[in-house]
Amino acid sequence: MGVYEIIFWFLTVMALSCALGVILSRNPVNSVLFLIATFFAISGHYILLNAQFLAIVNIIVYAGAIMVLFLFVIMLMNLNADTEPQKNRLVQIAGAVSGGTLLLVILAALRTSTITTLDQASTDIGLIKNLGKTLFTQFVLPFEISSVLFLSAMIGAVVIGKKEKEQTA
Amino acid sequence: MQLDIAFIIEKLLLISVILLGSLGIAMYATWAERKVAAVMQDRRGPNRAGFMGLFQPLADGLKLFFKEEIIPDRSTRFLFILGPALAMLTAVMTSAVVPWGPDIVTENGVITLQVADINIGILFIFGVVSLGVYGVMLGGWASNNKFSLLSSIRAASQAISYELAMGLSLVAMLMMTGSLSLREIVEQQHGFWDAGYFTWNFFKQPLGFFIFLVCAFAELNRAPFDLPECESELNMGYHQEYSSMKLGFYLFAEYINLFISSTVIATLFFGGYNFPFMDQVAASVSPVLFAIICVLTLLTKAICIILFFMFIRWTLPRFRYDQLMRLGWKSLIPLALVNMVITGAVILWVIK
Repeated sequence: MGVYEIIFWFLTVMALSCALGVILSRNPVNSVLFLIATFFAISGHYILLNAQFLAIVNIIVYAGAIMVLFLFVIMLMNLNADTEPQKNRLVQIAGAVSGGTLLLVILAALRTSTITTLDQASTDIGLIKNLGKTLFTQFVLPFEISSVLFLSAMIGAVVIGKKEKEQTA
Repeated sequence: MQLDIAFIIEKLLLISVILLGSLGIAMYATWAERKVAAVMQDRRGPNRAGFMGLFQPLADGLKLFFKEEIIPDRSTRFLFILGPALAMLTAVMTSAVVPWGPDIVTENGVITLQVADINIGILFIFGVVSLGVYGVMLGGWASNNKFSLLSSIRAASQAISYELAMGLSLVAMLMMTGSLSLREIVEQQHGFWDAGYFTWNFFKQPLGFFIFLVCAFAELNRAPFDLPECESELNMGYHQEYSSMKLGFYLFAEYINLFISSTVIATLFFGGYNFPFMDQVAASVSPVLFAIICVLTLLTKAICIILFFMFIRWTLPRFRYDQLMRLGWKSLIPLALVNMVITGAVILWVIK
């Protein structure tokens, strides 16, 4: 087992166990921290795939900005394990049933699928120069359309966040 | 994948030298800060421990080490300890991508004075900077103290707001360099004067530099942007519950950040290790001596920028919180966008 495999398995175990930690820990702050660790593990996988740009953007955007905001909100609301509301028994049963159904569907879908193995040819598409060229030549239309989508989302956020003018009688 | 032992030893040596060097410089930055403050306020400053108070940082460090460690009862213990550790970790991580000097070519091979030349160097710095806020946030929250919590929330919102303008100001510069690798950016600023214009990015992107500098102040939590540790409103800020070396790590991480970010500013805008007439110097001295001169040049630039940070700290009063947010969102971000558009137009029509 070479260094590559060791790192791969280490990152895989880390990603999966941290992802489990997100849903299993009672304290929401711990959940957020587990989620950050998961993002780091995934970024490690990106680096193994030679996609350095994706790896670092994953860290900047998700671990560095979005999770900070999550933590921010959780801290502001001061959610703790002891403030967690007691869930109704009916809700618990419904959750278990729906979750089990989802698991069944996923299992049924995966059972019939075939595993395709990719060849381990080294690729440079993840490096920022190649990625930029591809995005701005071959995929320029979807790229620009998705940026318009972001713009509209931003405008929507501003409209929602704007204070309504006081009604003058 | 074969491990190269010599390569690992070389890198480990380089990393230890850089780490010890930044710790040493950060230590004396605390001394310099107090001396600068003293000079600006007509005082003498530290002058008891050793000549000119030069042993003062050591005495401070010893004092912090020997103080009693207190972990508050109602705190979240693990996160309380993790906070200063993260602050320290993110402070030293940035030094990995800074090119400290040119390659030294000897008979046995090439020695690179840079820990990792990754092709996304600047993005790496951004990633680490954006993680830097976790140390403050977690420490403040885990203290279970309202003042600490308020302070860490301030720190987080400040860091996020100014990261945007910082990124936008660098986009304009990156449009000119066409590379994200710090080594390539430094090599493009070779010498001082080339083809009828300055080579340093400061002269190509003065507005970008200005925005970057202001954002660096905000990201470092230094005055006039030191709202997270605003004594008059928040007692002491996020490290109110901390004692002994954990407090020391928070304070120390700030000075390491100061040194590293000064180095990054020097690298990005003031030519890094380049200096005027470097080709003539390189021709007349041995490669090792030339590399040492280059490293010293970079350190000199970094120290000048550190001094500038200190002068500002003891000159300007602190912003109010709403002023801080207004400056970040309504002035710096539009300014950075305008700078980006102008740079794009100049590259498109003037330089070609």
